[in-house]
Amino acid sequence: MTAIPLGVPRRLVEFTLDGQEARVPEGSTILDACRAAGKDIPTLCEGDTLTPKNACRVCVVEVEGARTLAPACSRKAEAGMEVRTDTERARHSRKVVLELLASSVNLSTTPRAAEWIKEYEAKPDRFGPDAARVDEEPRVDNDLYVRDYDKCILCYKCVDACGDQWQNTFAISVVGRGFDARIAVEHDAPLTDSACVYCGNCIEVCPTGALSFKSEFDMRAAGTWNEAEQTETTTVCAYCGVGCNLTLHVQDNEIVKVTSPHDNPVTHGNLCIKGRFGYQHVQNRD
Amino acid sequence: MDLHFGDSKPTDEEREAVDALLGPPGSAWEAPFGDSTVRSEADLRWARGGRAARERRDLLLPGLHAVNDRVGWISDGALDYLCRRLTVPPAEAYGVATFYSMFSVKPRPATVLHVCTDVVCAAAGSAELCAAVEGRLGLGSGVSVERSPCLGLCERAPAALVVRAGSGAGAGADAPHEPGAEKPYATAVIAPATPEATVLAASAPEAAEPEPPASLAVPQAGQPGLTLLRRIGVVDPASLDDYRSHGGYAALRRAFTLGPAGVIREVTDAGLVGRGGAAFPTGVKWKATASQPDRPHYLVCNADESEPGTFKDRVLMEGDPYSLIEAMTIAGYAVGAHKGYLYLRGEYPRALRLLSNAIGQARARGLLGDDVLGQGYAFDIEIRRGAGAYICGEETALFNSIEGYRGEPRSKPPFPVEKGLFGKPTAENNVETLVNVLPILTMGAEAYAAIGTEKSTGPKLFCVSGSVERPGIYELPFGATLGELLDLAGKPGNLRAVLLGGAAGGFVRADEMDIPLTFEGTRAAGTTLGSGVVLAVDDTVPLPRILLRIAEFFRDESCGQCVPCRVGTVRQEEALHRIAERTGAAAAGDIALLREVGRAMRDASICGLGQTAWNAVESAIDRLGAYE
Ligand SMILES: Cc1cc2nc3c(=O)[nH]c(=O)nc-3n(C[C@H](O)[C@H](O)[C@H](O)COP(=O)(O)O)c2cc1C
Ligand code: SF4
Ligand code: SF4
Ligand code: SF4
Ligand code: FES
Ligand code: FES
Repeated sequence: MTAIPLGVPRRLVEFTLDGQEARVPEGSTILDACRAAGKDIPTLCEGDTLTPKNACRVCVVEVEGARTLAPACSRKAEAGMEVRTDTERARHSRKVVLELLASSVNLSTTPRAAEWIKEYEAKPDRFGPDAARVDEEPRVDNDLYVRDYDKCILCYKCVDACGDQWQNTFAISVVGRGFDARIAVEHDAPLTDSACVYCGNCIEVCPTGALSFKSEFDMRAAGTWNEAEQTETTTVCAYCGVGCNLTLHVQDNEIVKVTSPHDNPVTHGNLCIKGRFGYQHVQNRD
Repeated sequence: MDLHFGDSKPTDEEREAVDALLGPPGSAWEAPFGDSTVRSEADLRWARGGRAARERRDLLLPGLHAVNDRVGWISDGALDYLCRRLTVPPAEAYGVATFYSMFSVKPRPATVLHVCTDVVCAAAGSAELCAAVEGRLGLGSGVSVERSPCLGLCERAPAALVVRAGSGAGAGADAPHEPGAEKPYATAVIAPATPEATVLAASAPEAAEPEPPASLAVPQAGQPGLTLLRRIGVVDPASLDDYRSHGGYAALRRAFTLGPAGVIREVTDAGLVGRGGAAFPTGVKWKATASQPDRPHYLVCNADESEPGTFKDRVLMEGDPYSLIEAMTIAGYAVGAHKGYLYLRGEYPRALRLLSNAIGQARARGLLGDDVLGQGYAFDIEIRRGAGAYICGEETALFNSIEGYRGEPRSKPPFPVEKGLFGKPTAENNVETLVNVLPILTMGAEAYAAIGTEKSTGPKLFCVSGSVERPGIYELPFGATLGELLDLAGKPGNLRAVLLGGAAGGFVRADEMDIPLTFEGTRAAGTTLGSGVVLAVDDTVPLPRILLRIAEFFRDESCGQCVPCRVGTVRQEEALHRIAERTGAAAAGDIALLREVGRAMRDASICGLGQTAWNAVESAIDRLGAYE
């Protein structure tokens, strides 16, 4: 049985969401309220285990009386607020943000990106063939994971997961500024020369596949990656007494990657190097 | 935290630079990699650092300056050593070092020449200046020539700044040459810059011609009836006695008789609104800060002044530095702060020298410190130097910069009055805003409010540059018209347009000279007063080129945090490049694209940079018919 922490009962905040009365516990975001009401707002930099940096701006909504749009993922619902999630103005910003992103980075492994591009009628090509792109080669400098910043949307999730929100290793940060800003380790060194401890928690949170298992990267390159054929089995890591949950992704009877359930109240999807990458021993066929 | 520092070592010079700021390492744990000389018995038994060292995180930016000032760039070894001393993760420090344009993490010559290529300087021939200077310096000159955004010297365009790394850099004063030492740290400002003078200054900044006095930037200097500028050109900016003999510190005395709540009441009744661009009522901000139960409170003076075309704060600080120190003391007293930070843009060496001197003098004379004027109020001011980033003028980015993080704006709410610098209640004000507090207290709220209009009270400084006969800072009561201001400055016969409010502002036409220079008047005319920029453009300057330069500025200065601004500014610049030579139907598609992207940038960007980056271009299209 999973223990569900109850906490102190919270007061309810009443506001209007698309003209309907909405009541959410104090401290909830507009996005929480939207999800509770069954509304689907696109999100990229938001994640279930991290405080969003609200940098992607794809979830913007209109708050009555505000000069600019508000990020639903981070703006707390306030009593009396009037929020509209699906106005022409909000949809316009979402469309342009999707166009700006898709024209500058590779969203091919970003779940739902293609669906939203269609829904919002975004046309990333309209900036022309010469539109500047991030244009980065994948960095393959270790046997465990690959950094393909051509797919990076700078959502800051990996920075937060490696830093003060989870791992406390602080091996990753954003460097440079503006369009030249990139995710990197200290001195832009190879991963092997950095403070990285290979917990892989950054891969766990990356929403675009910019960070991925070497196994997945190689299989994609070889054209053998097939998510539809994979099974997922959640089990308990056997290495140490912490007992983290592991989800083994298996394709053709081989473990191809390991994730961890985010709703586990102890680990929230975090693992260490052993649980994340140390799976070869169970399928060693020598 | 489990920090990993790698095995790179600082050079002796880099180590000295860091130790000069932080003192020698306290234990082996802080020493450079592989250095066992400082290891004591105690070091072998416990590790110190941790919390105490982490609380010094805000010394990261001064530390980066210390190394950059000494060596000219920041090596892996220097950065790692600084990180060890401050318990900062090297990846984060690397992210900070690469954020600022005045720092380099790649080797470069000790001398860096920043040549302004921004709007006014471009019109005054900065491209030719760059070419000539590069031609004369030739390869291997030991000077790195870097193109710079506005240096805040627009009244003397084209402008250049030399920074030569070397020993003796420090809190302001260019230290005397130590015998036997290599070349000392030196800076030189050249404006207006000729190729000859620039090359000369780049090779020997210590011997460069001194800058003209700040009063030369004030065509009205010495005229009766001035309020904010009245002491400029009249007092010796280096002398506290001279400041006092010209009415200095009378306002602070009055503040002490009124008490903090009384000061806030006067400022509120005077109707003072912020002069930093956002026009927020100062009294409201102070009251909100003062009433926060959380302690301590901070006061921050925003002297980052990097809006292209803006140079009023520099002239105030260089011409009358004590007035800012006095005004900050009053503001600190009003909001209940005991510490004030003066965040000064890194490109203002003379202001840094004069303000450092003024703070030192004020401290020595009991006008700062534990017991200001014997009134039992403790207040002190620390200067923090920026390092080349326009975005650090945004109030929350400025907090991050002081705290030793990347200068990225925070999302609001919470607002600074509640959670500002170091997460504490903070009042942040522009230099000119603060200096206005002095006349409010000396003449009284009522007399002050009688100046200007009902909604825009008091005197206002305007930074007039571009195609006028007498560019400079002008002081006029709010409500004067644009035409009146330009007449004072010598309006050219072939005026085409005026950029109001800087790059984040908007253009108005030459036939709109009746626009009243007030917050409400410019708003009614569909434009903005912004930071007080009045940049005159005559019909000899090609408009598309100015627009391109503005777009380039925003693309360069975007912090990169949010998508609409990070990518939007790039797409805007690309579209303007495509239509630079086109008009009419040929440009229509790209103009439609610009409008769509601009709208999303304005609506969905996190901060004012992205929100305003399309203003000037839009106004040029709509008001001036730029591509018709
Ligand atoms: C991108 C950006 C740059 C800014 N730069 C400056 C600046 O250089 N100096 C300044 O005083 N205010 C600047 N501001 C405005 C400040 O954020 C803030 O509103 C101001 O310092 C508050 O002081 P005031 O109330 O006295 O005007 C900037 C704002 C933005 C969005
Ligand atoms: S690498 Fe992934 S997690 Fe990190 S910023 Fe880029 S997209 Fe986000
Ligand atoms: S993932 Fe790491 S910490 Fe968790 S149980 Fe396995 S070995 Fe232990
Ligand atoms: S609008 Fe631009 S400068 Fe402001 S936070 Fe976003 S990217 Fe940074
Ligand atoms: S999901 Fe809300 S801003 Fe990115
Ligand atoms: S100093 Fe060059 S434009 Fe301002």
